[in-house]
Amino acid sequence: MDIIRNFPMMTVILSLFSGSLCFVLKGRTARYYTLFYEVFLLIVCSAILWYTVTTGTAVTYPMGEFPAPWGNELRAGILEALLAVLFMVIMIVSLLAGYRYIDTDLDESKVNLYYAILNLMTASLMAILWTNDLFSGYVFLEILTLTSCGSLIVREIGRTTLAAVRYMILNLLGSGLFLLGVVLLYDLTGHLLMVPMQETIAEMAQDPRMFMALTLSTGVLTIGLSIKSGLFPFHFWMPDSYSWSTPTSASILSSLVSKAYILLLIKIYYRAIGLDVFEQMPIREILLVLGIAGMIVGSLQAMHADNINRMVAFSSAAQVGYIFMGMGIGGIAGYTAAIFHIMAHAVTKSMLFLTTPRLAEVSDNSLLFKKLEASALRNRDAGLAFLVGSLSMIGIPLFAGFTSKLQFALAGVESGSHVKLVAVMLALAASSLLNAVYFMRTLIRIYSDPRGTVSKANIRQHHRPLYNIPMVVLGGLNLFLGLFSWVAINLITQGLKMFG
Amino acid sequence: MKLREWKNKFFRWLDGDYDVMKNIMEGSLEPDENHEQAKRDRQAAHKEMTSSGFSQAVINAERKGFYQFYIGVAIVSCIALIGVLLFTVNLLPRYGEENPRAVEVSDRYIEKGLEETGAVNIVAGMILDYRAFDTLGESHVLFAALLCVMILLKKDKKNMDSQFDDYYQIEQDAYFDVSKDTVMRKVGVLIVPCIFVFGIYILLNGQNGPGGGFSGGAVLGAGLIIFESAFGFELVDSFFTAKVSMAISFVSLAFYSFAKGYVFYMGANHLHNHIPKGIPGAILSGGLILPLNIAVGLVVACTMFGFYSLFKRGSVGGV
Repeated sequence: MDIIRNFPMMTVILSLFSGSLCFVLKGRTARYYTLFYEVFLLIVCSAILWYTVTTGTAVTYPMGEFPAPWGNELRAGILEALLAVLFMVIMIVSLLAGYRYIDTDLDESKVNLYYAILNLMTASLMAILWTNDLFSGYVFLEILTLTSCGSLIVREIGRTTLAAVRYMILNLLGSGLFLLGVVLLYDLTGHLLMVPMQETIAEMAQDPRMFMALTLSTGVLTIGLSIKSGLFPFHFWMPDSYSWSTPTSASILSSLVSKAYILLLIKIYYRAIGLDVFEQMPIREILLVLGIAGMIVGSLQAMHADNINRMVAFSSAAQVGYIFMGMGIGGIAGYTAAIFHIMAHAVTKSMLFLTTPRLAEVSDNSLLFKKLEASALRNRDAGLAFLVGSLSMIGIPLFAGFTSKLQFALAGVESGSHVKLVAVMLALAASSLLNAVYFMRTLIRIYSDPRGTVSKANIRQHHRPLYNIPMVVLGGLNLFLGLFSWVAINLITQGLKMFG
Repeated sequence: MKLREWKNKFFRWLDGDYDVMKNIMEGSLEPDENHEQAKRDRQAAHKEMTSSGFSQAVINAERKGFYQFYIGVAIVSCIALIGVLLFTVNLLPRYGEENPRAVEVSDRYIEKGLEETGAVNIVAGMILDYRAFDTLGESHVLFAALLCVMILLKKDKKNMDSQFDDYYQIEQDAYFDVSKDTVMRKVGVLIVPCIFVFGIYILLNGQNGPGGGFSGGAVLGAGLIIFESAFGFELVDSFFTAKVSMAISFVSLAFYSFAKGYVFYMGANHLHNHIPKGIPGAILSGGLILPLNIAVGLVVACTMFGFYSLFKRGSVGGV
């Protein structure tokens, strides 16, 4: 089965090709093609996962005839393959649940452009997962930035254009800083490939002057990527971009795109800088502080939101804070928790973003809380999906959110520092409490019916079993991650071992 | 004229209220009924926009001195960033001094580049052979930009202004259109062929000297734009329609992806790839570099003209 070694390269090349193909296809054909292609890609990624788990080694794939320090390289281990599978599942589900909104939100002549953009996005997600090279990472990050903007403005209402402009400015600033960081590292080490770079850095870090330069360049690069993923002081682009875009875009942007940036950051720490050197830099503590601040501030802002999508979006900012807190705790346990939370959050957040438009549909197409009263009773399926998502966000046992909070707490215990432990525990407690307050408030609102507007006829009208399949998939994944979390955690720890 | 008057005019010009060229160059359009209607529509839309809750929030923030705070923070953070970057640069190896750690890769490119890629131009060999994956991504960055601009500017039911506004726009465009201009046409006849030939030369010569896909494509695209300015869209549309432009982009990008996919596959599996390297210095040399340069150049040219056409009339080409 050595042909599977070629699959990571194929996923990128074929996705790029699909992007240009959808450009010339008609809208409807492009939709079917994209759906078919994403399912195909899911199978391919599963094959890579199966191959890496059974052989127990990472696939290193030179791009062309020139080996590592001279040519580009891809590397697929268990962790990357696992995340690729999850990303593809969420991509398919977002498409299935969101295509009818795409048809209504978009002008007919631009539907194929949207699918072209989704395919390019898939290509860049795959490339960022597999790449072993800093500059390839930058190039595909750029595609990801542009396509995310495209997926926002495609709705063509004032709010999305405004949100996209803000998103674009902040993201370009992030790209610029990331590029500066890459250039500085290249100037210092003479390498762009991560593994040779790590070897040079390990030797260089002995010299205090060079260590200072390394710390500063890593810092610049970290700021760049944290702006793009929406860490605390830089999360102000999030609410508008997530709440007004078409549901598929909101789901993909919040659960995949911002996570891809974090994964690239983790990969750079692990593979390019080397964890030993990185743990000596003071960046880790800053990430911990900003992560905790983000958890609290994001939740507080979510409480003030008047619109359900804005609330969910601000809660995304808080969840990004969780992930950075995991990276701040450090050690294998911290990174395991961070990556598990990436998975749990991806599953949960996409579910919430794909459910809110269905609740809005039965409430005069409004996302405002006052209009949403009793909407879960008018559309019971959507209400149930929102309930499952909210419970997971709060961290009720059985659901993925609980396991990830448990993992963060365990990582805090294992960090061996009392200050960190206390900070992490307090932050977890405060954030869970705040989460519970605003999600419970929403749940009570959408399930109570003080004005008696719900009748039997209008419930049945909105019951469409077919629309629930994506929700069942996401809910099932959520429960799986909650109940059988050891499967995922085992894979993540094995993956992290071969990641560095 | 008094100094104060000049100062007044200068600041009005800075604010965009005063047009220096007014009544000197083109003259202005005669206002008619449709023009007035368009103006009223615009004012109504502006009023609606400023009275919304969002704008009120912005105005309130302005009153509370948020912007002074904002500008202050922006200045401080910019200075901090500049300081940090200058400090970092100071720690880097000096320019011109050899960094003993950072020569392994570049030495190999310089010493063996010609032999391994068959290209005299080492840069072309580097970006299209050693690090072809990056360039593959880079050409799709351009494509992604084209997609975004198309989404934003291509005319459809949602982003068209009111019919009066559009009427006024068409009138105005026709008035300022230079393609009927004799000077433009005569000069166009002279320089457009030269620009095309020069663009093709840069495109085909990328493996032997400075040039290649991106620069050659940019020259070709500029040639198309000048061609359009001189002769109008009617003539361009007779050979370069939206369909042609899209087909060229698609075929070039697909060719690029699959050609590189083939090379990656052969290289990674240690198979012999059947692409001849040719004699260094000849036009047909450098293996895949020439065809890839042509593909990139065509995409760049189509994208550049596409941008121009989208900005000028809201479609990629005549349909």
